[in-house]
Amino acid sequence: MSKAGTEAGSKEPTAYKSGKADNGHERHKGIRGFRSRLISLTRKEIRQLLRDRSNLVIGIGLPLVLILIFGYGLSLDVRNATVAVVLEDPSPMAADVIAGLELSAYISPVVVTSMHDAQRLMLAREVDAIVQVQSDFSRRLTAGNAQVQLLLHGSDASRALIIRSYVSGALGQWAQRQSDQGMVAGAGVDSTASGSVTLIQRMWFNAANTSTWYLVPGLIVLIMTLVGAFLTAMVMAREWERGTLEALFVSPVRPNEILLAKIIPYFMVGMLGLGMCLLAARFLFEVPMYGSLLIVLGSSMLYLLVALGLGLLISSVTRNQFLASQLALITSFMPALMLSGFFFDLRNVPTAIHLIGNALPATYFMELIRTLFLAGDIWPLIFKNCAILAGYAVVLLGLARVVTRKKLD
Amino acid sequence: MLDFLHRIVSLCRKELLAIFKDPANRVILVVPSLIESFLFGYAATYDLTNVPYALLDQSHGSASTELIAHLDGTGVFHRVAMLRTQSDIAGVIDSGDALIVIQIGPRFEQQLNAGESAPVQLILDARNSNTAGSAAIYVGAVIDSFNATLRGGTGPPLTVESRAWYNPNLETRWNLLPGLIAALSMIQTLMLSALSVARERENGTFDQLLVTPFSPTEVMIGKAIPIIMIGLTQSTIVLLVALFWFNIPMAGSLVTLYAGLGLFTIASVGMGLSISAVSANMQQAMLYTFMLIMPLILLSGLTTPVRNMPQFLQTATLINPLRFAIDLAQRVYLEGVGLLTVVHDLIPLLVISAITLPLSAWLFRNRLL
Repeated sequence: MSKAGTEAGSKEPTAYKSGKADNGHERHKGIRGFRSRLISLTRKEIRQLLRDRSNLVIGIGLPLVLILIFGYGLSLDVRNATVAVVLEDPSPMAADVIAGLELSAYISPVVVTSMHDAQRLMLAREVDAIVQVQSDFSRRLTAGNAQVQLLLHGSDASRALIIRSYVSGALGQWAQRQSDQGMVAGAGVDSTASGSVTLIQRMWFNAANTSTWYLVPGLIVLIMTLVGAFLTAMVMAREWERGTLEALFVSPVRPNEILLAKIIPYFMVGMLGLGMCLLAARFLFEVPMYGSLLIVLGSSMLYLLVALGLGLLISSVTRNQFLASQLALITSFMPALMLSGFFFDLRNVPTAIHLIGNALPATYFMELIRTLFLAGDIWPLIFKNCAILAGYAVVLLGLARVVTRKKLD
Repeated sequence: MLDFLHRIVSLCRKELLAIFKDPANRVILVVPSLIESFLFGYAATYDLTNVPYALLDQSHGSASTELIAHLDGTGVFHRVAMLRTQSDIAGVIDSGDALIVIQIGPRFEQQLNAGESAPVQLILDARNSNTAGSAAIYVGAVIDSFNATLRGGTGPPLTVESRAWYNPNLETRWNLLPGLIAALSMIQTLMLSALSVARERENGTFDQLLVTPFSPTEVMIGKAIPIIMIGLTQSTIVLLVALFWFNIPMAGSLVTLYAGLGLFTIASVGMGLSISAVSANMQQAMLYTFMLIMPLILLSGLTTPVRNMPQFLQTATLINPLRFAIDLAQRVYLEGVGLLTVVHDLIPLLVISAITLPLSAWLFRNRLL
């Protein structure tokens, strides 16, 4: 009986010959029938998955590409920002103020002769900023109101902000030193009367202070979403569209078994992606993992179930490949990229967007996986986020089950 | 010639009908770009607006109170907890309740009065190192201004006067939305064009097209034009949101922007059609497209600057049409440059179109025969 099912469900019956033999003599009701049907269905799904090379491209090739791009290609850290320096004041004092910039690891100053040249460089985007020391600098410095002009290229706002803070920091330190030494009028006298506050900062959880450390754990979320929601939604929608799923329905296999048999192979593909990510994080990028591997694996499986549930639900609702792929992109992948805190910190967004972000399962998995990697096993957070993810998994898989049954009746 | 035009027009009409006859398609082609431009316009910000902090004040003096008043006065820092002992720090940071903990030691006031330097500890949750870095910069600025008031308010001997070109308040949104004008439409133009031929092949209607008097080039043009129109419409939606919802002033001319966008859309359709020609069915076409979209977006400079990439990836972005389109859209939109200045963006787009379009036509022909 299940033999008929598998054959109807495939367009190339020859591929399932080995499935037939097992099923022929096991026509028992109950658990054994369930198991044998599930095994042969799963075998069919795996074959189907492996047959089409494009599935493997997404399942294995894309995670690899993403790992390399995220690990090597993407960086939010500002290093060696080029800054044009225009010295219109020939005095040694003016040269000294600029020397402070050279010490910074973040800025590499380029001295140009005129403002005109500097602006030309800025227009060509060869420099990110211009520091202009005007001709009356040293005269005004002795009067205590010297000014340095800083022009920033605003077409990369976050970069410009960082450059601004480094330049003002470097110049501010210089001024502080000068006034401490009593070289400058004005502030010089009373500065010795009171102390000053100094800041000692310690970065917890990211000693290397590099964005790779938080991007690579986040990548696990993206890849899980990709395989779970996007790939599954598309493959299932194709079956709906071509009617091969209905053919399965008329066979004695139950909806539960169809869904399970679909979930198992994609679950394995997702775990493969996870394995690649973990290996790359450990050996390629040397991101530390302070939490326990077991919890990383467990919570990733939980999230993978959520993603699979979403993918199955989308495909059952749309039953159309183009719509399913677009819907999967819009509801799972793009939000996981943009709204889960992957790139952009949810603390900074307006409340409404924050609420939307908080409605996404990806947000909770993102928080959890980053914490597990960089901070360790923080139990209250693990329990809370795992409970939320489990809730999503139950609801989404349940809904997918309901929608699939409706078609059967 | 007239005949040719007539055939193209009727093909285009047929394609548009095929796409828009499905109500779900009508929704999926308009609503996502609208919603995404709103969502990302609000969400995509590296600007820190809310820093929850916990305070561990062991000095209980007037100086520390004043320093904290400075901090609270910025409107960015919000105190979420008062800690009593050092051992409380881990709790608030671990749970994510506080992004930073400020620890003022018991001798803070004495040190200040004695004219020594008085250290303030700043502990940051750097799970997101970018946010933590910005927060540290903010706290540093507050402390600088506090030090200035300690000095007696004469003001620092040296001020840095900064002005930003093209984006006076340095808002991330101003850079992102012009980039989205190109990026959002590309996702669907690529997908639609990749599916166009694959769908016909899967449904078997491609054979019917073959027996019509259309040449493969005509079929290709007929497929390309409607998708280009859809792509430009989507770009227009994002542009309208940027202009009238987020009120980002446009410095350049619409003609220049659309010239660039048009060329970009043609290039992406060319890429999509090439994918379509080599895919056996819709599923393959979609998976290959997706495989392509990811690196195209990630390596385009939309979310992270191209200049931060290692050299070999920077070289790889030279074949990425989105990289040039985003550069073009940002420069025309924010900087208001003319066509001549963005020629270095137009030429690669032209080259990509000139390769992919004939390639897809060639691939069609050779698969047909």
